[in-house]
Amino acid sequence: MAQPFRIAGASGFWGDRNDALLDQVRGGPIDVVMLDYLAEVTMSILRMKMMRNPNQGYAGDFLKALDPALHDLVERRVQVVTNAGGMNPRACAQAVIDLARKKGISGLRVGLVTGDDILGQLDSLAARGVAFENLDTGGAFSTIRERVLSANAYLGSEPIAEALRAGAQIVVTGRCTDSALALGPLLARYDWSPQDWNRRAAGIVAGHLLECGGQGSGGNFAGGWEQVPDLANLGYPIAEVEESGAFVVTKHSGLGGLVTPAVLKEQLLYEIGDPRAYVTPDVVADFTSIRLEDLGANRVRVFGIRGEPAPEQLKVSVSYQDGWRNAVALTFVWPHAVERARATERLLRARCEKRGLEIDQVQVDLIGVSAAHGPLAPAPREEPNEVLFRMAIRTRDRESAKRFGEEIAPLVLSGVPGAAAGLLSGRPEESLIVNYWPTLVPRDCVRALVEVLES
Amino acid sequence: MRTVLYNLAHTRAGDKGDCCNIGLIARRPEFYPVLVREVTAARVKQLFGEWCKGPVERFELPNLEALNFVLHGALDGGALASLRLDSQGKTYGFALLRLEVEIPDALSVERLV
Repeated sequence: MAQPFRIAGASGFWGDRNDALLDQVRGGPIDVVMLDYLAEVTMSILRMKMMRNPNQGYAGDFLKALDPALHDLVERRVQVVTNAGGMNPRACAQAVIDLARKKGISGLRVGLVTGDDILGQLDSLAARGVAFENLDTGGAFSTIRERVLSANAYLGSEPIAEALRAGAQIVVTGRCTDSALALGPLLARYDWSPQDWNRRAAGIVAGHLLECGGQGSGGNFAGGWEQVPDLANLGYPIAEVEESGAFVVTKHSGLGGLVTPAVLKEQLLYEIGDPRAYVTPDVVADFTSIRLEDLGANRVRVFGIRGEPAPEQLKVSVSYQDGWRNAVALTFVWPHAVERARATERLLRARCEKRGLEIDQVQVDLIGVSAAHGPLAPAPREEPNEVLFRMAIRTRDRESAKRFGEEIAPLVLSGVPGAAAGLLSGRPEESLIVNYWPTLVPRDCVRALVEVLES
Repeated sequence: MRTVLYNLAHTRAGDKGDCCNIGLIARRPEFYPVLVREVTAARVKQLFGEWCKGPVERFELPNLEALNFVLHGALDGGALASLRLDSQGKTYGFALLRLEVEIPDALSVERLV
């Protein structure tokens, strides 16, 4: 029987570990590694960086992860697929080429996928009748148009597959669906028919299990974290995919982690809506068809997956400016820590009024007593040793957000006693709220472009 | 006999816009029918109270012995705009596991909480 195609995950978001890539490459035989760097807000952060410096706009951590692993990747002929390109895939691909040259590696082929960025086309598309209504609220695009920071269509697997077929060893994309990072290599390897919805759904499910780094192999495992060995050396998950679409999820045996049906169930249920229709640009997968079989020794077989045709429209992620926020915090000690915190809240509200601050919303948390679960948490029975008082605000007025931050430090001398200033870092700064507007665009309005560069 | 849901199931919570989804997975296959019977969308909506401003949908995945709940308007405007300590709702799964449910006397349940 032919060897299964082995896909390893090595990053779940920008901020994940940079050493997972090297661990995956050296830990055992694999065929391709996928690295996800783009959360909802990432594109707008990258765009703002690019506005200050046109050579920026991509997730620089990808280069940090790649640097120690590049020689091994080339020797072992392991492919890499990533959306680290963000708002500037070209600069990211060029940075990879430059890294290869610096390391004396010539002939490395880097694939580049662009076409997801439709910010410059919003007006012409609107003129053609595309409404860009908010998918969740139905809200009209006109309410945010002037505050839009970025607009990127979610591309699917086909451009990635095309880049790999053209000989690219490393493929860098902008915005694409996370699961395309797995299905793309599978399409290049197995050449599944464009109408083979069941196999394509299987590829998407494999990607969904690999796209969150350690969460697929025992990280953040609510069902039994105490039983997960060696989280410090967590081996991120690997999917060994057969031509049939069935696959085994496992991890390198020399690394930590745990792969059991319970672990995979948590990741399967992560960030999904109606499980019967998990929508991607490549296929609509039915998560109620997924079957799991525990093979033991950190190997779980995943099979039986069914899919339906892909939708006609592509999802678009638009980000826009949506006000300002700031937050202040102070720790109050026993006795009567809660009373001191409540009195501080009243004091701060009075100060905001005295200074004429414009505030749209206030959130007060008593961390240690009732914060994470809000109204669900029962009242504590004993006097806490300390309480971390936190007050956060949201406002349209930047100046108000800034001045709110100025009100906390003075309380150490002029407020309620018993405050430990350990977490207080001077004057908290206001930060821009960049919000997310999900919408749709017809498929034929977006053209992916695939190029291959060489070092 | 009553027990806390934490003893019967584990959860994973995620966010999408202003919605929080919570996957509720039976610790043992025989607990799944109890989850289906006891953990209704209405009870989840009532549990979260003012923390969840919109409707709650429930989906069944018997293939995984799990339920998926989608809580609309549960994230104070969404992860990016939220002022809450847990802006992405990643701890909401543990909040759901506080729910007390009725179980058959004959059912053997390990008390973890």
